[in-house]
Amino acid sequence: MSSADFLFQGIIRAFELIFSLNPYILSITGVSIKVSGAATILATLTALPLAFAISFLNFRGRQALITLVNTGMGLPPVFVGLVVFVMLVPAGPLGLLNMIYTQKAMILAQYILITPVITGISLAAIKAVPKPVIETVYTLGGNEKDAAVAVLKEARYGIITAVLAGLGRALAEVGAILIVGGNIALTGSVGGIGEGLSETRTLTTAITSETSKGDISTSIALGIILISLVLSVNILANFFQRRD
Amino acid sequence: MKNLFAKIILVPVLVSLLAGCIQQAPAGNTISPAPTVSAPQELRLATTTSTCDTGLLDVLNKKFEEENNIKIFTLCDGTGKAIATGELGAADVVMVHAVQAELKAVANGSFINRSYMMYNYFVIIGPENDPAGVKNASNAADAFRSIAAKQVPFISRGDDSGTHQMEKSIWKAASVTPAGAWYQSVGKGMGETITTADTRGVYTLSDRGTYLAMKDRIKLKILFKSDQTYLFNPYHVMAVNPAKFPNVKYDLALKYIDYVISPQGQDIIGSFGRDKYGEALFTPTADINEQ
Repeated sequence: MSSADFLFQGIIRAFELIFSLNPYILSITGVSIKVSGAATILATLTALPLAFAISFLNFRGRQALITLVNTGMGLPPVFVGLVVFVMLVPAGPLGLLNMIYTQKAMILAQYILITPVITGISLAAIKAVPKPVIETVYTLGGNEKDAAVAVLKEARYGIITAVLAGLGRALAEVGAILIVGGNIALTGSVGGIGEGLSETRTLTTAITSETSKGDISTSIALGIILISLVLSVNILANFFQRRD
Repeated sequence: MKNLFAKIILVPVLVSLLAGCIQQAPAGNTISPAPTVSAPQELRLATTTSTCDTGLLDVLNKKFEEENNIKIFTLCDGTGKAIATGELGAADVVMVHAVQAELKAVANGSFINRSYMMYNYFVIIGPENDPAGVKNASNAADAFRSIAAKQVPFISRGDDSGTHQMEKSIWKAASVTPAGAWYQSVGKGMGETITTADTRGVYTLSDRGTYLAMKDRIKLKILFKSDQTYLFNPYHVMAVNPAKFPNVKYDLALKYIDYVISPQGQDIIGSFGRDKYGEALFTPTADINEQ
């Protein structure tokens, strides 16, 4: 068959798989959303307080923290994966937690990856809030807490953008979760598409393994879902950026 | 100021830690109520890509899971990684095919109960027109020598898998140190290596099972096979030593090994692939014992 046929058939089959709500594909999509969503929530809970602390407080190590955040924004995922793997394997220092090859391990790796991203972009958003906003709060007799609340209100769209940027990076990431999650699907889908469901297999890691088996249609189907997800997140981020 | 900082930082961090602990609790809870319709137990199997990519494990494991209420988590990585995973205690049982590496890992106390389960043969695959004349070789080492002499591109797994280790030992037997632009290491699993070799129409070494499972989708042909000396490919299962890692599920691993070498397991292995490929992809060891 010609190469055009091969691509055409791959795409047709991909849409069949998506629209028939194939349980294997659905479960993979579910794991992707669950892991990246949980990592984003936990990262946001850490990143926002961190960004506000860096913006409003003068404490020892503040400059070092800023450097750390900036470095962290560009951390190579495979490296984070390696470090988390080495920590979590039973022979490693945190082996007793029994977390290697679980969704928790994947959430941890992504949390480490995206916390700096959300912090960094939030910092920029907070910095962009005009000084008079803060000054007004103090003039009206408010304290630091009131000032922080006023800034949070003012910078909310920028912060939402930051969170979505973190989510986008988590969804698209493959290097770290492949190492710490193990790309596990349950029996029935090991050798091909079957009734087996994903355990730690995400859209990105599944694309690597399906392509390696030569199952291009399944890869294309997964790719279409992945791109739709990442695109939606980015469109949403863009929307909030424009409101800013 | 200090106070506010403490509040902003500490509260969410504590909350998220707490959330983590709460989430952790049910999974780590070993004092579960008496088993009624109990949740399935989990067994972690680290294995090579050939047993995964061929689909053998789907069939073989399914029966075991149903009969024993066990869920098998399969890690498909190549023999080198599978053994390393077991040596780190991150798997309960491994299914691999690299005799030297296996014996070494057993000797260092990482594995026990190593059992011979099946075999097949490696095959040299390449373009039909066979520019290196592999078809006429007298043995695998001879075939590799002619590939090297003609500098025809050869793709190596390069991932320390069983297939890669076999490939290295054939180069050694051929007294050739493969190097140069014609010898390309991809560091990938069997399926992806075959796909790469096929896309470029060049030679590679494959286990017969993975090749047969993919042969309808590719153009490469088997050019050399059935060399008892160099291309024999035995598979073993072994349990991670509980003396080294007390947390591994040794009893489940043993149960799995017993199943794989039982008449029932051997039957599944011996018939796997017959309907789809007209021949079995692996030969169960039970067949040797009968001879």
